[in-house]
Amino acid sequence: MSSVLSPSSSSSSSSSSSVHLSLDVAGVSRSFGKRPVLENISLSVGRGEIFGLLGPSGSGKTTLVRLVIGLDVPDRGDIRLLGERVPSLSLLRRIGYMAQSDALYGELTGRENIAFFAALLGLRGRELKRRIEEKAELVQLSDHLHKPVRLYSGGMKRRLSLAVALVHEPELLVLDEPTVGIDPVLRKSIWEELDRLRVRGVTILVTTHVMDEAEKCDRLAMIRDGRVTAVGTPDELKAASGSSTMEDAFVAYGKGGRP
Amino acid sequence: MRIRALTVRIIRQFLKDRRTLALLLIAPLLLLTLMKFVLDSPPVSPKIGTVHLPREIAAALGQTGADMASYGDSGEAMEALRGGKLDAVLVAADAHAELVLEGSNPARSRAVLAVVQQAMQALNPAAGQLRPSIRYLRGNGGTDTFDYYGCVLVGFISFFFVFLVAGVSFLRERTTGTLQRLLATPLRRGEVVAGYLLGFGLFTIVQATLIIGFAIGVLGIALEGSVALVLLMNLLLALAALTLGTLLSAYAQNEFQMFQFIPLVVVPQIFFCGLVDLDAMPTWLRTIGNILPLYYGADALRGIMLRAAGWKDVWPDALALAGFSALFAGLNVLALRKHRRI
Repeated sequence: MSSVLSPSSSSSSSSSSSVHLSLDVAGVSRSFGKRPVLENISLSVGRGEIFGLLGPSGSGKTTLVRLVIGLDVPDRGDIRLLGERVPSLSLLRRIGYMAQSDALYGELTGRENIAFFAALLGLRGRELKRRIEEKAELVQLSDHLHKPVRLYSGGMKRRLSLAVALVHEPELLVLDEPTVGIDPVLRKSIWEELDRLRVRGVTILVTTHVMDEAEKCDRLAMIRDGRVTAVGTPDELKAASGSSTMEDAFVAYGKGGRP
Repeated sequence: MRIRALTVRIIRQFLKDRRTLALLLIAPLLLLTLMKFVLDSPPVSPKIGTVHLPREIAAALGQTGADMASYGDSGEAMEALRGGKLDAVLVAADAHAELVLEGSNPARSRAVLAVVQQAMQALNPAAGQLRPSIRYLRGNGGTDTFDYYGCVLVGFISFFFVFLVAGVSFLRERTTGTLQRLLATPLRRGEVVAGYLLGFGLFTIVQATLIIGFAIGVLGIALEGSVALVLLMNLLLALAALTLGTLLSAYAQNEFQMFQFIPLVVVPQIFFCGLVDLDAMPTWLRTIGNILPLYYGADALRGIMLRAAGWKDVWPDALALAGFSALFAGLNVLALRKHRRI
């Protein structure tokens, strides 16, 4: 046995170690019409891991995220999340999702927006109020909760979306390009919060095309034209491609991934 | 040069948006054709029931083109009049005659009076002594055109605005991404539709109450039947508009395309809601009316407001409207599968 991590051994171990595995994507493909968007994607993400999906826009990151949540179903392959098969309505309670576009109600205030989504997830009364204050504090929006969201800046909307994704304290956090339009200071504080969540055992799946964010992930999958071209820690990926920066590694794998 | 760039861009955009192009070019032809059939229908001949009418008078009336039916006694004839089968009853007794008009449709009343007068003039002056006294079953001859059309317009206006407002807000839920965000929570698809129904339902109740209160209290529209029943029917009609609007918004990419449903879905309903006399339409055309919610809503509203129709008369309309709402809501739950499969 020369290969330690052959595909068969990793998938057979997943059933025994499913307690430690948050997300298991096995051989997933999805096409829209005749156009294949994802081809034979396999990934495993452990509990308490920050896992990055790094790829240019149009590479299929968002499609993969939608499959993981269960908004869409794969043509082939299987996705298991927190030990359950996707799609499942009960799973959605345990996931926090932040979409690429800010899905917020402009007429409502920041507080009303968080309260609405929290109510859909079953939060009520005093607990609901406490969580709203807590998450608003976290994304530094406490002073703006009374304002209608249409008056928010782009960065404020991003932060509010994050607060919405966190309000029910999910076990898995799925963030699609979370820090677009957020200034460096706030971006740093958001990543510090993600680190704290990870320590508490929250698994985080994050898509990005920003290289310095990719560096902060525990492990990364490089995605190009709907295929995973490489998986590993940032250091492993840099070493394996003989690059000194993430950017060079990304370019190197990008070339290799092209058919 | 700059104007040219703008012109070329608009032409390009139009050519790419087949749907808008089709609407601009073909929809007017469809609507015009429909209008031709609807408005070109032969004039309705008034239906007159007669009791003990001398033969020469009946013959003279028949010559004017009136639709005649002879009844054995006046009780039977009055029953037919009340049931809406006749527009008028002409009862002759000895040297006296009485003309009883149904009275809820002013156009029909005028037609009856015209043919009766025509018949009298056609007979020789001696027979002309038989001048009938005139009585109205409803409205006492005071039913004016606004009473007749107004009760239908109440339903139509309510339908139109609820359809648009509900459609556009559901569409915005989709285009702003909040629908996807909603579906990333454990909310069921049926719950999304039900929530919309209840949320908007509250405002449609307020709207229905306001429109009807205004029409009756301020504009003085005739109301023979119960206000509560009018409100109920208007509410059922608004619910059909609400479910239809939210369903059709699934097939619009933007607000502009939502407005395109107006000439296709809303305008044809005007033709079949009783603003034009349906009796003269060919059967195939009337069948179209039977699949439109407004047809049932208008039928019920007219019945209640002009003819004091009760629940036992309008329950089939209520059932039809509730059926439409259930159908549209169910289809909408299915249409949401496009956004989340479970």
